[in-house]
Amino acid sequence: MATVGINNVRKAFGATQILHGVSVDIADGEFVVLVGPSGCGKSTLLRMLAGLENITAGEISISGRVVNNVAPKDRDIAMVFQNYALYPHMTVRDNMAFSMMLAGAPKEVIDAEVAKAAGILGLGELLHRFPRQLSGGQRQRVAMGRAIVRQPQVFLFDEPLSNLDAKLRVQMRAEIKELHQRLKVTTVYVTHDQIEAMTMADKIVVMNGGNIEQIGAPLELYDRPANVFVAGFIGSPAMNLLKGRAAQGGFETEGGAVLPMPAGVPGEPGVYGIRPEHILLQPEGGIPAVVVLVEPTGSETQVLVRIGDSTLTCAFRERITARPGDVLGIMPDLALVHLFDAGSGRRLAA
Amino acid sequence: MSATTAPAWVRARRDPSWIVKLFDWKPFLVFACLLPAVGLLTVFLTYPLGLGIWLSFTDTTIGRSGVWVGLENFEYLLEDKLWWNAVFYSVFYTGIATFGKFALGLWLALLLNNHLPFKSLLRAIILLPWIVPTVLSAIAFWWIYDPQFSIISYVAIKTGLTSENIDFINTPWHARFSLIAANIWRGIPFVAISLLAGLQTISPSLYEAALLDGSTAWQRFRYITFPMLLPILAIVMTFSIIFTFTDFQLVYAITRGGPVNSTHLLATLAFQRGIAGGQLGEGAAIAVSMIPFLVAATLFSYFALARRKWQQGEGND
Repeated sequence: MATVGINNVRKAFGATQILHGVSVDIADGEFVVLVGPSGCGKSTLLRMLAGLENITAGEISISGRVVNNVAPKDRDIAMVFQNYALYPHMTVRDNMAFSMMLAGAPKEVIDAEVAKAAGILGLGELLHRFPRQLSGGQRQRVAMGRAIVRQPQVFLFDEPLSNLDAKLRVQMRAEIKELHQRLKVTTVYVTHDQIEAMTMADKIVVMNGGNIEQIGAPLELYDRPANVFVAGFIGSPAMNLLKGRAAQGGFETEGGAVLPMPAGVPGEPGVYGIRPEHILLQPEGGIPAVVVLVEPTGSETQVLVRIGDSTLTCAFRERITARPGDVLGIMPDLALVHLFDAGSGRRLAA
Repeated sequence: MSATTAPAWVRARRDPSWIVKLFDWKPFLVFACLLPAVGLLTVFLTYPLGLGIWLSFTDTTIGRSGVWVGLENFEYLLEDKLWWNAVFYSVFYTGIATFGKFALGLWLALLLNNHLPFKSLLRAIILLPWIVPTVLSAIAFWWIYDPQFSIISYVAIKTGLTSENIDFINTPWHARFSLIAANIWRGIPFVAISLLAGLQTISPSLYEAALLDGSTAWQRFRYITFPMLLPILAIVMTFSIIFTFTDFQLVYAITRGGPVNSTHLLATLAFQRGIAGGQLGEGAAIAVSMIPFLVAATLFSYFALARRKWQQGEGND
């Protein structure tokens, strides 16, 4: 087990800058998720951590030892690849045993370790199968087994669930989380799926365009997004972000709607943010909003409404019987409104 | 508002013509599609092969149709020292040349699989020996091996490696190895490009996984590259063995089987006996005697190529 330090790390491929100096400190045993849209540099950062990419500038350390020039195999890490990268010509057992076999471990030790990992992951029956004879979830487990057998100081996961169907993804998510709680190995996990990030992480690193937008615990990011990007990225359905300006009686959106604004916010707000689930129904004295679309999901009802020319998504716990064209009275929960600076997009804190 | 209704229109059902019906009839379609291939194979493959086999059981010579003599030609071959020589050299030639082609071809493929500048240009250049007509390159080698004007001898003398011209093709063993060298030169591109195609199907993430698993470069070759390349290696090797064993042009253009018949392959011996010597029956028998060797090579491929358990395909356990 180990701490991981990423200190002002930069990466450039030729003239193209991929990472513009990112710093993250990862504590021993922490589960850190790097999340961001495609091309934000999260996978590159993970591969640099693994030693598969050179570090253009900055420092990466594992357990306090700078590993910039340490070969991947000497970094004491294990990685689970997006496509699992199982050796197709080896059985499950041989896949898991490969690193120990290379290290020259005696057969009894290998068998014991493989059996242990297979026990943890429920792969005991499959040890003599080839990867092609396994389902997606089983392959995923073998890839994790291969990592576990090595007893690394750090686990790296590179979008491990993106090749699985939705149901299996939820199941494997829980398994990985459970595995982490059991082994307590420092883990760095890359995904583009913010729900994965929210559900699994101790700490989320939100990346965008080669920069870190915000680092924090999942609920911290949800409750206090540092800027417009994080506000829009974290949470599902996404936060309503309306451009406009402060005016008499509230915040006037570009679409002409006037929304109530919390008092005492410093600066000049340019973006008004409210999560769909923080908009409440208020038949008496609410803001009249025209229903455009109703999407019942069972547990809640998502309603797309229009106020003036601005559209908002609302998520109500109540059952809504409104039909398109009806008018609902709604009211944003004032305590949960987020305001962002017009120019920088930064959060304006009350 | 007066709505005009569109005139009712019904899609006309016409009976298809007899030719459409004919082509819709599956047995006819199968026959029509197979006809060109079957025709070509019959005219250019089955007939010559059948004729060759027939001739090998007769004593036909040029200008005289022969009579059935049964296995007499083959019995004669078994006592013919030249035939045994040709068998020996064919096997020797195939064995050494195949080994050389695969050792160098695999090495070249591994090199070309790296990121190199001008990669596609290099690959095109590699193919050159293969696309040049064989006889043309044979003539080039003939000059290279010339007793008097050989460029190799010239360079060797100029650099002081030897004091006299090297004898490439005028003593039996020198000639045998010189021909093998020429064949290797010609065969490398086919092997290299085929194996390169195989190498490129191996996912780079397997190498990355192996890198993290702590493998050395040799171990990655031994445990990943080689086993994953084996299926295509087996195919290419079968083809290569067949091509090499039945080689004719290189030998015929450079040495014509000489000196003292030491470099005859079965194909050149068959030609010399059958066409140059006029003994069509005997020549055909020599050609037919290659068949067991080729069948053996094909069987090798059949078993070596048999789907490995880990490959995609039928059978689950």
